Amino acid sequence: MLKRLNEIKVGETGLIKKVEGEGLLRRRLFDMGVTPGATVYLRKKAPLGDPLEITIRGYELTLRKTEAALVVLEMEESK
Amino acid sequence: MKRFALAGNPNCGKTTLFNSLTGSTAHVGNWPGVTVEKKDGVYKKLSEPISIVDLPGIYSLSPYTPEEVISRNYILDEQPDCVINIIDATNLERNLYLTTQLLEINVPLVVALNMSDVLLKNGETINAKAIEEKLGVPVVSISALKEENLEELMKRALEISSTPREPRTVINNADLLHLIGDVNIAFKGKEVLNPLFHAIKLVENDELETKNHKDLISMVDDFKKTFKDDTFGDDFEALIADNRYHYIADNFGDVVVSQNKENAEKTSQNSIKNNKSDRIDKVLTHKVFGLLIFAVIMFLVFHLTFSENFFYLGGIFEANGVAPSFEGTIYEGLFWTDAGINSPGVILFNFFDMSFSAIIEATSGALASALPADAQWFTGFLCDGVLSGLFAILGFLPQILVLFLFFSIMEDTGYMARVAFILDRIFRKFGLSGRAFIPMIMGFGCSVPAMINTRTLADDKERTATIRVIPFFSCGAKLPILVAISGGILEAFGAGNVDLITYSMYAVGIVSAIICVLLMRNTTQRGDAAPFIMELPEYHLPQFKSLMIHLWDKAKHFVKKAFTIILASTIVIWFLSNFGFDWHYLDGDMSDSILAGLGKLIQPFFTPLGFGSQLSSFGFIFAVAAITGLIAKENVIATFAALAAIVVSDPAVLALIEADEEGIEAATAMIVSTGITWQGCISFIAFNMLTIPCFAACATAKAELPKGQFKWTVLFWLAASYIGSTVIYVFLSMFDGSTWVWALPTFAGIAVLAAVAIFFIVRYNKKHPVIRA
Repeated sequence: MLKRLNEIKVGETGLIKKVEGEGLLRRRLFDMGVTPGATVYLRKKAPLGDPLEITIRGYELTLRKTEAALVVLEMEESK
Repeated sequence: MKRFALAGNPNCGKTTLFNSLTGSTAHVGNWPGVTVEKKDGVYKKLSEPISIVDLPGIYSLSPYTPEEVISRNYILDEQPDCVINIIDATNLERNLYLTTQLLEINVPLVVALNMSDVLLKNGETINAKAIEEKLGVPVVSISALKEENLEELMKRALEISSTPREPRTVINNADLLHLIGDVNIAFKGKEVLNPLFHAIKLVENDELETKNHKDLISMVDDFKKTFKDDTFGDDFEALIADNRYHYIADNFGDVVVSQNKENAEKTSQNSIKNNKSDRIDKVLTHKVFGLLIFAVIMFLVFHLTFSENFFYLGGIFEANGVAPSFEGTIYEGLFWTDAGINSPGVILFNFFDMSFSAIIEATSGALASALPADAQWFTGFLCDGVLSGLFAILGFLPQILVLFLFFSIMEDTGYMARVAFILDRIFRKFGLSGRAFIPMIMGFGCSVPAMINTRTLADDKERTATIRVIPFFSCGAKLPILVAISGGILEAFGAGNVDLITYSMYAVGIVSAIICVLLMRNTTQRGDAAPFIMELPEYHLPQFKSLMIHLWDKAKHFVKKAFTIILASTIVIWFLSNFGFDWHYLDGDMSDSILAGLGKLIQPFFTPLGFGSQLSSFGFIFAVAAITGLIAKENVIATFAALAAIVVSDPAVLALIEADEEGIEAATAMIVSTGITWQGCISFIAFNMLTIPCFAACATAKAELPKGQFKWTVLFWLAASYIGSTVIYVFLSMFDGSTWVWALPTFAGIAVLAAVAIFFIVRYNKKHPVIRA
């Protein structure tokens, strides 16, 4: 099942399928390790619901929901 | 002398390594200007001295923020003799991503595996030899903090520094390699330095590269037409990033080995750790309490630094009759005043204050008896002009350092990054990202480092708006103005509350900043909210050594400023105020002095602000003080102290003013003799807070702002302070007398105009939307 990173729940894990967007922003995501094939774990949301904190490639990264919406995930079929 | 550059991800221990390498011989000089913000020092433990350059942290060689451009340009264009790539061993995967790009540059490269001791503590070991074999460059395990293996690292760096290195790439897509090869040859033909690196960046469609080598883009575009990858299409950017990470995963997946099985299972769970850092995080960024905890921490920081009634315990002691008065002893007023127990910051302040007063008293006493009567002017010059001005500034050093210490701790522990995380949602409402919070809070210490810190903001318009409002976050040098004048109001009018005035003035600054940012981000600095993508570092205890280095840097800067620009301006002010236009020494009657003449000329301009023509003939002093404040804000109160002799003739009162480092007595004398209202005093504080900052901050702003923005920024500061202070003065004056008769309709008119303006701005913005999410 495909979902966007801004749509998943805290505690869920997914595999990055595609990173949309363009230019500097997209490159920045790549440089920070947000590339297709990487596993993402949604760790928490900030007190006001945005930005998100994710674990990727063994470290903590924070990004906003607008940026997270560019990341398409293949969800783990757990249940 | 050979130059070695330190490069690596932010927060991987570069600066710790830098300090350990350069040690006590460190000449840590911040080179000002946009082009560079790197530190340099010298390593002396090898056969030859080596210059070490600490570069801003980078995640990749495709820069995103201005500070990252500095690092890229230094490595590519300045041709250091060796680049030491520091890698956080606890986070190999992302750190090695930069290494794969550094390999593509011709510069000699050594990899320093930092924090391997932390791994060991977790029961893991890292195989440096295996990494070395795979990367093909020397790899040394070090601990920058414990200074382990540093000599080995430097030895190996020196060994390879003389021999040029053949660049290599880890990209393994055969078709892409073919294209890269062709572009590489084209670059070589153009005799560009580091051709392979430039070739790959061009293929990656890197912004800087495509701008500089437009002629070669067609090569890439033509190739793209014939290329099709199953997953990535013709998206070379994604393909290359994927290639790099694949190389890292394939080759370095097994270099970190756990000592026991249980541990191995834990780490294999896709590193979703639940360690100490996470547990702290659960509390500090808690859904409900996160913001509350932040507010409490900020309150504590300011309370510990400034409060004269520590934790409001004074009342309890008083009520039980055990208030320690220390009356008559040398400790009087140091720990305890009628207001309550002093906070640590105030105790330090008082300590310095008392010591300085003693010095001035002793000096003036000694001079008075030693000098002949016709040389007594020198006593006045030294004690009133130089020493009291100088000490008025130095007295605030400890309090500023205490405040700075707290901010350093917040930064060093990793909490500052969490604050940006918590506040981002709120900041976005004003069109800024959570990151802008860090330079703003630094502004409470000093505008100069705060403005430099805005380099971590990626968006130019966001940076401009942030730099412009940084002076509104009242810096350490503006604190004396607050303390002296609010103290003066209390003494002169017998009413008011020093704490209340101080805190409300801080609030005025913050509110002004919010209003101005909103205004700018919706008009001249309009634009999408910049993306917010930031690493959240693991929490760790603050390092005593690095805290001390921070403080020492700060103290040095402050003392240097006191003894140069401020000392010079106090001397100039003293001469200008003691000599008339005919260059004749006035001996006490300074109302004919040059300074008075100049002050009277500009005084009328301040009439709407409450400290202009409505004051007595001494009113020019306020105008003069505001002007000298443009050199350094410390000058404002120093000017009051230096000019006190104009308004006060009683030698006993003069002695009192001289002995009071806080400047309250001087401010009181000014208030009483000029007949300024309390509203005028508040407006005067506001003017100094909002107007053009000191020389140093202006120079920094000019260097940091985009080209051509500085003159508008100066205009902005003038307008903000003039309008802001006028509004405050007129508003407060309504509570006394009959000003409201004309003030209320005026305010109503302004409100209507503002509403109309906001309506049109909102309508325009709706038609031309920006993304604020």
